[in-house]
Amino acid sequence: MKKQNIAPKTLDKTPKVKRASRLTRRQREYLHGFAFIGLWLFGYLVFTFYPMLKSFYLTFTKSFYNINRGIYQVEFNVGQGNLFGFSNYINIVRSQTLLPLFSDYLARIIIAVPLIIVFSIMISMLINLPIKGKGLWRTIFFLPVIISSGPVISELSRQEATSLPSIQESAALQFIFTNLGEWIARPLEALFSSLLLILWYAGVPILIFLAGLQKIDSSVYEAASIDGASPWDRFWKITLPSIKPLISVAIIYVVVSMSLFVEEGGILAITRTHMLNGAPDSQVWLGYGYAATIAWIYFILMVLVMVVFIGLLSIKRKEVKRWG
Amino acid sequence: MGLIAKLKDRVGDQHHRKVKIKKLLLGMNLTDGLLFKIAIYTLLISFAYVYLYPLLFMLVNSFKTVDDLIDPGVKWIPTTIEIENYNRAFKVLALPRSIFGTLGYVLKVAIASTVTAALVGYGFAKFEFPFKKTLFVLMLATFILPPQVTMVTNIEIFNALGKMVPFVWIGGFMSSQNAMFFPALFGQGLNQSIFILIFYQFFKTIPQVLMESAEIDGAGQFKIFTKIALPSAIPSIVIVFLFATVWYWNETFMTALYVGGNVTMPLRLVQFVSSYETLYPPGTLGSELNEAIRLAGNMVSILPLLLLYFVAQKQFTESIDRTGITGE
Repeated sequence: MKKQNIAPKTLDKTPKVKRASRLTRRQREYLHGFAFIGLWLFGYLVFTFYPMLKSFYLTFTKSFYNINRGIYQVEFNVGQGNLFGFSNYINIVRSQTLLPLFSDYLARIIIAVPLIIVFSIMISMLINLPIKGKGLWRTIFFLPVIISSGPVISELSRQEATSLPSIQESAALQFIFTNLGEWIARPLEALFSSLLLILWYAGVPILIFLAGLQKIDSSVYEAASIDGASPWDRFWKITLPSIKPLISVAIIYVVVSMSLFVEEGGILAITRTHMLNGAPDSQVWLGYGYAATIAWIYFILMVLVMVVFIGLLSIKRKEVKRWG
Repeated sequence: MGLIAKLKDRVGDQHHRKVKIKKLLLGMNLTDGLLFKIAIYTLLISFAYVYLYPLLFMLVNSFKTVDDLIDPGVKWIPTTIEIENYNRAFKVLALPRSIFGTLGYVLKVAIASTVTAALVGYGFAKFEFPFKKTLFVLMLATFILPPQVTMVTNIEIFNALGKMVPFVWIGGFMSSQNAMFFPALFGQGLNQSIFILIFYQFFKTIPQVLMESAEIDGAGQFKIFTKIALPSAIPSIVIVFLFATVWYWNETFMTALYVGGNVTMPLRLVQFVSSYETLYPPGTLGSELNEAIRLAGNMVSILPLLLLYFVAQKQFTESIDRTGITGE
């Protein structure tokens, strides 16, 4: 009975196959490929690519939003007819509130990223040693990735739980803060007052490095120690070169996750306020065009920071080759 | 004779004992001695303490009374455990009703995110098509794109979409959960490029022969995907789903902007003070909002995630190996 049922079904299917085979095998593969990524491709064009272009265009305009008219442009200076120009960029460079925030952001990232990377390499090497309870340590150091959300972090920093008391009361640090120029002392002070939260960004890099360390063949270390290499040499000559590609990955991850975290009163929060509160007659909140400009400058700075860090890594690599 | 032999024995014994102690303390090659181990564990424990300090602080202080909070002598062990803090935090966060609302929203978005990531990851891993490399790079590049860049125009798009036909029927677009759900469904959700990368790396490892033999047997591409690829990808599905859940739970900036202020518990936490003051009007007896109550609110909002993490911590910590970023 069952066999009889199956037979006509397969017969039904044969014309279908014939119809499909008008396309070559390769064409069919193209079709299937686009069918599978179709959802993403459509979403990318509608929700990412077009908004990016549009918001880049908006950076050159003074724009506001109206529920009926959509985004509309007004003249930069009333009566002069200039709908298109660089005024937003100029306004940001002139801004007394934004410019310090941008420089603080840069200083903070430039100090924090090497700190996080070094810390996570140290921790991952400690965990990679033959110790008990590897899983437990991994669990502890990955925990912040799970629980760190905006409101929790801002509450913790409000209650000053983000820094060990002994760090803040350290006389040496106070001496440094009072004797440095304000441009570097302020970000440094901010860094130390939220040191623990900055170390919280190390959760993912620790696991990245740990996975990398576990892939190094132990026979390489044995061979090196037979040749008389000290643990110090082994770190610089074997461990570090083999996890070097991972450092770039970790840097990208850390820079992105640090930059995308929205602080109250930070650049990203200001962007939103400009956008939502902006009205054509407002002198304080400058609307969508200005918000888009802030976001784009922030994005470009973020990419620049990544490029600089990864560039620094590759310079070092060349030097090592020359000496070797 | 006897004396010399005895002396030799004693010297030998002493030497042996010395070697033994040295071996015990310093080990054969530095890394297995007792001293070294003590140093390692001390380091690890102190780093773990520093790392967990904010969390411990939050946990302990959320149980403190006002007197304990002010008393500098009470640091780690509260004199009495104040459950009232949690009672109030529960009320302010509108528990247990809000947890179902949060879960409903987060699960919906996380499932959409996972399904699309699996489809797209499979598409990139298994098929050759024109511009594949370019599209893949663009896909990865969305990871570093701050959502704030696109948010200025996304609002316009969402409002325009909300007036179109399918969305009019299902509650509009902007200021509804659709504003997070549909971008996730179309592969533009929170950190979705990482999820796609996880699936891409996994589906690359399934041998092509398996797919080809199924194709010869007459299975369509979609059937191959659901019957062969997906069942073997269950570990990746679990990881992606867990991360999507956690990240959507913790996301407050875009969610507040697109969906509204009351969807998730962390969002209610943002308005903790104002909600507290409506529930316990200032001036009435015992109504002061103190740090302990605020911390109790924070604890309550991360508690589900902590539970999830301790149940599935293996999946979370293995995620890095699964992304394959470490293998390149």
